[in-house]
Amino acid sequence: MSQTEPLLEVDDISKSFDEKVGNVVDQVRFTVNNNEIFALLGPSGCGKTTTLRIIAGLEHADSGIVKLAGRMLCSPDKSVPPEQRGIGLVFQEYALFPHLSVLNNVIFGLKAIPKPYREEKAVEILCMMGLRDHLHRNPHELSGGQQQRVALARAIAPMPKMIMFDEPFSNLDAVLRQSTRDEVRALLKKAGMGALLVTHDQEEALSFADRIAVMNEGRIEQIGSPEEVYYRPRTQFVAQFLGRTNLISAEADGEYAKTEFGNVKLDRPAHGKVLLSIRPEHLTLVGAEDGTPLSESGEVVTKDFKGHDITYRVRIRTRECLVHTDNMLNYEAGARVIVSPLDKAVVLEDIEQTEEIPDYHDIL
Amino acid sequence: MLIPLLYLVVRALEADVSESLDLILRRRNLMLFLNTLLLTLGVLLTTSLIALPMAWITTRTRIKGKAVLTLLGVLPLAIPGYVLAYALLGLSGTDGTLARIFGLELPRLSGYWGALTAISLYTFPYLFLNLRSGLLGLDPAYEEVARSLGYRPLRIFFEVVLPQLRPAYYAGALIIGLYVLGDFGAVSLMRFETFSYAIYLQYEASYDRLYAAWLALMLLCMTGFVLLMEYRLLKGLFFHRTGSGSKRYPELYDLGNWYYPSWAFIILIVFAAVILPVTTVLFWMLDAGDSGIWSGIGGSLYDSFRASAPAALLAAALAVPLAYLGVRYPSRTTKGMERMAYLGYATPPLALALALIFFTLSSAPALYQTLTLLILAYTLHFMAEALGPVRSSMYQISPRMEEAARSLGYRRFRAFWNTTLPMLRGGIIASVAFVFLSAMKELPITFLLSPIGFEPLAVNVWSYSIEALYAQAAPYALVILVFSSLFVGLLFAKEWKQ
Repeated sequence: MSQTEPLLEVDDISKSFDEKVGNVVDQVRFTVNNNEIFALLGPSGCGKTTTLRIIAGLEHADSGIVKLAGRMLCSPDKSVPPEQRGIGLVFQEYALFPHLSVLNNVIFGLKAIPKPYREEKAVEILCMMGLRDHLHRNPHELSGGQQQRVALARAIAPMPKMIMFDEPFSNLDAVLRQSTRDEVRALLKKAGMGALLVTHDQEEALSFADRIAVMNEGRIEQIGSPEEVYYRPRTQFVAQFLGRTNLISAEADGEYAKTEFGNVKLDRPAHGKVLLSIRPEHLTLVGAEDGTPLSESGEVVTKDFKGHDITYRVRIRTRECLVHTDNMLNYEAGARVIVSPLDKAVVLEDIEQTEEIPDYHDIL
Repeated sequence: MLIPLLYLVVRALEADVSESLDLILRRRNLMLFLNTLLLTLGVLLTTSLIALPMAWITTRTRIKGKAVLTLLGVLPLAIPGYVLAYALLGLSGTDGTLARIFGLELPRLSGYWGALTAISLYTFPYLFLNLRSGLLGLDPAYEEVARSLGYRPLRIFFEVVLPQLRPAYYAGALIIGLYVLGDFGAVSLMRFETFSYAIYLQYEASYDRLYAAWLALMLLCMTGFVLLMEYRLLKGLFFHRTGSGSKRYPELYDLGNWYYPSWAFIILIVFAAVILPVTTVLFWMLDAGDSGIWSGIGGSLYDSFRASAPAALLAAALAVPLAYLGVRYPSRTTKGMERMAYLGYATPPLALALALIFFTLSSAPALYQTLTLLILAYTLHFMAEALGPVRSSMYQISPRMEEAARSLGYRRFRAFWNTTLPMLRGGIIASVAFVFLSAMKELPITFLLSPIGFEPLAVNVWSYSIEALYAQAAPYALVILVFSSLFVGLLFAKEWKQ
């Protein structure tokens, strides 16, 4: 894949709405390959939607360039208007035209093909989406999931080079979200279309995208496959944003670092003061025998039984950590346990922990 | 918009200083000022006394038939002030309706009290509607908190509810205040000398344009003062619901012994404001028999129509880009443009008409006394009415619609034309209807700017009434009533939908 030219190239784009506030999008750079689903993931206000709107041509970047299939879309001295970019858009609120029927919404975008063939093409794509029975309905008569599919059909029908989604699934309820996500993913793969997804939902990004860029305060902190960004976060922000984690300040000495729960193996050699991230599911509990010194064991503070798994809060000396186990390990609050790592700890680029661990906020 | 008003100043300053001072410092001006002020205050007080209890009864009590009562509260808007004045005059006196049917001879209402009654009964629904939506919009949590702190309902009303109603009250009072300052029909029929009436007398009777210009400027100053006061009073007054979540409705009170008096109160007001004038109009019409009073109605209707319809279309056509820019690209410039539209509405109609006359006479004499000028004047004056509905439907259309169209290959203007414009249809139709119906019953502008031989409905009602030819005025008044009932129907439909 690296041999061929990427589908979308975003190079060093920056944008500021108000000079006092600074850049909303700050030197963002990434590429999307042919047939790849790429996600921009970050909290609200991180600049991900602005990035999408710059690529779509709905906002103008202050600097940087955007190329689609080798064609310059925007550079400091040139900007192709949105209608000539050939990028399909699916909005969070779908933006279906309320004055047009489902069929006419799709036909609306098919102005490039001769009039007599438009309806046929629109019907074909709507049937593919399972909307055969809803062709002549008005958008407001459809359920959220159906509206979502019409919006997707409308964006796909003109066969754009790429399609972009802005928080596409956040208006759907949990059950529908999962199934719609799977359907859309299968459809994109079948159509062989590259896609860019913008979302604040880490689970959505992890399960939907082939690659993820995690954004924070206008900058991209890390780009990688879902497994990479989840298991090997580079920064404290990425580690915390993608799920619960234990952040541990420790003294590293080559392959190992000394922590509250003994010596832990590191994912890369380091020396001196380091900040480590260990996911709760990479820790497990062992019952402490009577002779174990208090300094080496911990006490179960709370046990949160969730059916197929259990989350424990364990206090070791002065600090607490989260441990995620299957439901076979059963300790009650107050039990003495030893916490032991199942996997290597990840050495983060940050050295000091910047704030309280947010993972505990929802418990306390 | 501003240019014609500047011409008013130019015209006024043409006189030399001593002459101007002489015109400004006349004792008569002080009298006119006091008359205008007293009438404004009197109308505000009267309408408050009518509208506040009415709004409270129809929103916060367990009275039956709230929809009917609300409709009754809006209905008086269907009887324009000059028609009401005409009816009050035709009703009383030795040859009035009451005297002829019941032998009941009431002294003829005129002067201050006549003008006060006619204008109050016509305008109070503006305050009623504002207070009503104010009351419906209040967060019941404030009252519940006050109750939990041990306050009794009556004290809560005065100390919690009333203060929060201030923005709604000021909004309604502003409309009424501006109306009183601009009213010409009712005060002239009642022969009560306010600025507007004096401008007319000066302009029409003595052709003293200079003094008329000065009077118009003084009236504009009063209007400016009212707007400024409104701005000062509203500044920093923002009341929102503090809680999130869905809307809750406040506790409703039982009227107890006051149940029937409440109904009676509303019916009495509506009787005076609607039934009496309508009966009077019908009475005079029947009384005239077939004496040919209907002969002029067709031509008159046509004259009204060919001035009002183009104005309505023009105002709506201008309102669309104005609302679009104001909502999509809010900036100082676009806000300023919208304010201009409201300024046109606030400018007393006679002052506006006079300014347009001076303007055309000096820079476009070909326009003077043409239908075009009348249409332009209506458009300037009623632009704000067109802007309202278009703006509110504009707010409901997500900018994402046009962006979606653009991503599907439509250019900027085509994207607007194919998505936003069709969605604005409802708002545009409402705008056209409001401006059309308002222009049909408009009197002062029509009066001053009608081309020679042009006899629209409103002007005919007024000129027959002022000559005490009540029977001749009746058919025109009746047609006006039909159009203004449509206006009220539209307003009520909009209110009830909320």
